[in-house]
Amino acid sequence: MLVETPVGLYCAAGDFHIDPWGPTPRALITHAHGDHARSGSSAYLCATPGAALLTRRLGANATIESLPYGEPVRLGRTTVSFHPAGHVLGSAQIRIEGPDGVWVVSGDYKRAPDPTCAPFEPLRCDVFVTESTFALPIYRWDSASDVLADLHAWWESNRALGLASIVFCYTLGKAQRLLAELTAYTDRPVLVHGMMLPLIDIYRAAGVRLLPASPLIERPRGTSLAGELVLAPPSARGTPWMRRLGDLSDALASGLMRVRGVRRQRAYDRGFVLSDHADWPALLDTIAATGAARVLATHGHAEVLARHLRELGLDAGVLRTAWEGEGGADDHE
Amino acid sequence: MTRFARLYAALDATNSTTAKVEAMVRYFTDAPAADAAWAVYFLTGRRLKRLLSGRAIGDWAMAMTGLPDWLLGECYAVVGDGAETAALILDAVPSAPVEPRSLQVWVEERILALRAAPPEHQQTLVTGWIGELARWERFTLFKLLTGEFRTGVSQTLVVRAVAQAAGLPVTVIAARLTGEWTPDAAWYASLVATDVTDTDRSRPYPFYLASPLDPAVTGAVALAERLGPCDGWQTEWKWDGIRAQLVRRDGRAFLWSRGEEAIAERFPEITHAAAGLPDGVVLDGEILAFRNGHPQPFAALQRRIGRLRQVARSRRDIPVVFMAYDILEHGGRDVREQPLTERRALLDRVVAQAQLARPVAPVAARDALLPFEDDDAGGDRESDATLQISPRLDATSWEAIAEQRATSRSRGVEGVMIKRLTSAYGVGRKRGEWWKWKIAPYTIDAVLIYAQPGSGKRASLLTDYTFGVWDGGELVPVAKAYSGLSNDEIAEMDRWIRRHTVERFGPVRHVEPLHVFELGFEAIAPSSRHRSGVAVRFPRMLRWRRDKTAAEADTLAALRMLMKRRV
Repeated sequence: MLVETPVGLYCAAGDFHIDPWGPTPRALITHAHGDHARSGSSAYLCATPGAALLTRRLGANATIESLPYGEPVRLGRTTVSFHPAGHVLGSAQIRIEGPDGVWVVSGDYKRAPDPTCAPFEPLRCDVFVTESTFALPIYRWDSASDVLADLHAWWESNRALGLASIVFCYTLGKAQRLLAELTAYTDRPVLVHGMMLPLIDIYRAAGVRLLPASPLIERPRGTSLAGELVLAPPSARGTPWMRRLGDLSDALASGLMRVRGVRRQRAYDRGFVLSDHADWPALLDTIAATGAARVLATHGHAEVLARHLRELGLDAGVLRTAWEGEGGADDHE
Repeated sequence: MTRFARLYAALDATNSTTAKVEAMVRYFTDAPAADAAWAVYFLTGRRLKRLLSGRAIGDWAMAMTGLPDWLLGECYAVVGDGAETAALILDAVPSAPVEPRSLQVWVEERILALRAAPPEHQQTLVTGWIGELARWERFTLFKLLTGEFRTGVSQTLVVRAVAQAAGLPVTVIAARLTGEWTPDAAWYASLVATDVTDTDRSRPYPFYLASPLDPAVTGAVALAERLGPCDGWQTEWKWDGIRAQLVRRDGRAFLWSRGEEAIAERFPEITHAAAGLPDGVVLDGEILAFRNGHPQPFAALQRRIGRLRQVARSRRDIPVVFMAYDILEHGGRDVREQPLTERRALLDRVVAQAQLARPVAPVAARDALLPFEDDDAGGDRESDATLQISPRLDATSWEAIAEQRATSRSRGVEGVMIKRLTSAYGVGRKRGEWWKWKIAPYTIDAVLIYAQPGSGKRASLLTDYTFGVWDGGELVPVAKAYSGLSNDEIAEMDRWIRRHTVERFGPVRHVEPLHVFELGFEAIAPSSRHRSGVAVRFPRMLRWRRDKTAAEADTLAALRMLMKRRV
């Protein structure tokens, strides 16, 4: 029902593309990260909780319609609905029911609880198109509360040492998840990179409880930042923006930090293994829960996952997409 | 093992030297002596002979988790470390901590005992231990088993930590760590024993340092103005090596770097050569990588530093000499107050009498060039003797000295040293008696911003770099450089650049501004052709400053200051 085209996955029965990377007449969008939501299409459709983020990404001139989670709509010879994916605010799996049965395109997803978005909803389907960003048995997440306890303890110990703590993280999703999770530990305000503010506002407007956040840039030069927590996108690292921070300890919050070599290569003091993607056991559990006889893996370790699934007796293959998962373009948005 | 694994995790979790030392101090304060002994052993880079391959441990991990073998290779490709791959995969196996065993028990009763076990029994044993250990403890165990335990802390830092924990001077610990020792409780007790009479005899003197001549001194006229007549001074080459004192007392030899680091073990040929010196002698000099009478680039010497394990091999590849230029103790007597002329005569005699080496340059003006000219016999034994005397230039005028200095680069030296003939061997950097007159007085720390492929055999490698310095909030390109890195560094940089390219313009890659290099150059002048407004002459990479962050690099304003000083 879905085929690979030069601009993205295309559903002929419904005449739409999913997360296309080139211009299309109608684009269904799983979530607002840059590698999934690209400008240039004539009309967009997304889940209602994600509409504000998508508008922010694509600009006010884009034609964006949205559907509440679970509400079906008829497109051509298909019935389409959006279901929570648990990745970021408004992220969705797209369920397509058509002449070839039920297909579900997962978009990016995770199974761990996240206070900033609706939890992943397991769906039964015939064909499951799954992300595979972290599809290796080395990727296995500790619970977010353990990671946040670590992060908070690190912040506290830096405070005691008179250091600023800077956590590099994605502008959309991870930053808000940290601000939300940290409300369990403190009500201290957090300083953030200016790029994050509009997105933080969108999360607040959606009713997500976050720590107070103010832009670092508004602090007068020379103000001591000792003891403060600062969130910034990885692309800000090593830029003069950092200079106002003074003595600091830095960290990256990402599933990539699971591998020590990756952290050491980039010389972060700390790596907090916190991902908005499914880890190895979650991928396998989710795939099993769909009951799908056929699984198509996209971006990440797609070949590995497909081979492993084939060995488990499933009909599994790979779909080539321009989606990137963690460590991709979001780094530089 | 829990405590040691926690220390390893703490060392791994910070880039701050202070934090690393603090973590080690905590460890050495708390750990039983037998554990602390093994910790010193491992932290200073000593290793157990590899007992298992990372591959074997990986295979066992796959067997324990019921995963197919081929997945191990896929995982390893991402992790790049066998021990870590196995530990990460084994996270699927829960741990049920038991009564913890000490590091000593782990090493002596378990790890070393594996040697005697047949392979299939090894698997049973190691697999049986997994359940007792938490994630990082497993990782630590695998690192010890594979002989790949590395923490990235230098011996100096370990010494500092032990000293701090024991309340003893670092020099005492450094001296006690030289030579042969067995990591057990008795040895550790002697390492931190408070009676320090044993180490006094190994001690060096404080180093006397030369001051740089003002960059305004560019030739003979300025020299004469600054220093007076030439005949009051002794001139030598300024070597580009490791400053060190060679201490020979009580039939033993010790080698100390300027950082008070005991480095004898890294240069066994030097302590060996010192055996020919009479007792009660301390020489000051420079350790140089040296081949066929020529000093080798400092980069070659660097390969000998920090390579504790493979001394024998690197010794063959990179022979070193001790280039003596002063004597501080003779016959057990401190001679530092004697004038340089007398000390020099003593030095010549001591070294010559020991017949370990002789002054390599006869004292004629022309012959002062000798050590650097190719002689017919490639491996001339005398010019390659391990103990050498730094020749005097014996030029009779400042003009001649300036001319000689101009040949520094081709000789592989950094310039000339100018020492007052009447000077005592002082303490620290007391101005006025010893001067260093270096070539390439200009160095800056700049950030790598662009890279492109080199040419010829470097065509496939990104070796041509553009560097920038800060101007306001941005990095302005100021220099291009191609040379100065070792092949290993070039390969490492190439891999890094490919992964951290931000933007591409044809063959040119804009990279994340992260790596800082010390650049050297000959001259600097205003330029309207360059965006920065300055042009530097013959820039080259002197050092990869892994210790600096981009924010710490120099500014364009600082570069302009160099230019002002020049005119």
